Amino acid sequence: MPQHGVSAITQEEPAEGWRSIVSDWSADRQTFHVPWGKAMMWIFLVSDTFIFTCFLVSYMNVRISTAVPWPNPSEVFALQAFGVDVPLLLIAIMTFVLITSSGTMAMAVNFGYRRDRARTASLMLITAAFGTVFVGMQAFEWTKLIMEGVRPWENPFGAEQFGASFFMITGFHGMHVSIGVIYLVIVAMKVLRGDYERAGGNYEIVEIAGLYWHFVDLVWVFIFAFFYLW
Amino acid sequence: MATVEDSQIQMQGATSHGQQHPLSIYFWIWALLFVFSAFSYATDFLGDGPLRWGLILLFMFLKAGFIVAIFMHMAWERLALMFAILGPPVVLLFLIGLMAIEGDYTLLTRLDFFSEPTPIAAPEH
Repeated sequence: MPQHGVSAITQEEPAEGWRSIVSDWSADRQTFHVPWGKAMMWIFLVSDTFIFTCFLVSYMNVRISTAVPWPNPSEVFALQAFGVDVPLLLIAIMTFVLITSSGTMAMAVNFGYRRDRARTASLMLITAAFGTVFVGMQAFEWTKLIMEGVRPWENPFGAEQFGASFFMITGFHGMHVSIGVIYLVIVAMKVLRGDYERAGGNYEIVEIAGLYWHFVDLVWVFIFAFFYLW
Repeated sequence: MATVEDSQIQMQGATSHGQQHPLSIYFWIWALLFVFSAFSYATDFLGDGPLRWGLILLFMFLKAGFIVAIFMHMAWERLALMFAILGPPVVLLFLIGLMAIEGDYTLLTRLDFFSEPTPIAAPEH
């Protein structure tokens, strides 16, 4: 590459590898070579990472510091199926539902860039439907635990902090899923209506909505590992 | 880190038309996430211990890594974005470490003061 000096800076796609970090950050212009909406969604997701980490860290802290035994999640979240207690059955199903919704979302993004509006919108609606199923199962789980006497300040199984951590973490995650469902339905409707065709066939928004959705799945990976399995 | 194949994918993938990759890669990751979830679920029958916790963490990081890298297309983004997004969360490790130490301290204090009421000598006067 016979580029040097100014020409290297004004070049469309600057150097590869480690040098690209230097050239991208020192170019005195747009640092991230992605649409602004995508960069902003990523930055929002970083801030959301910090929020969820705060919840999970406070859960870790109260679980370490309590002198009372922590309730055993595989017993608390067991469900009767065919006459036997299966540990974490509902949680396992919820995990698979959310992963599947992430898969359909990834495909929606792909069809979006192919400007296949019908497939994009239907895959997004399928994703939203999986999300709704997930929230529904979570509502069922909440109802079951509340009926069994779990409250943010007490529960019949062990340490009081269990309820507070459970409702806070899964509640905040469930809220994210619910907002994601609304977001996906709105974008899917706009895709179907052809709004983005009029804007020049730019389906970046599907990928941005997808980023949010995958993030919700990502957070669940950590909640599943630390809250339910640990 | 970046192989020749990677940079080829990068050239094909991250064009001005956005992230465009063969559908098969999503099916593969989807299947992998299913398998990893099933494995981490199966650790429940293993009984508590370092082995189980290690496996839970391993499968968790594998799943998280594949979601971020492939589903969220991070593997095809430029390094400037990759580091700006994945760098800051690293400081959270300090928070985790500090709060674990603090939690231990609180536990010891509670055990000291709130466990079995030890007979306290009556005040002299």
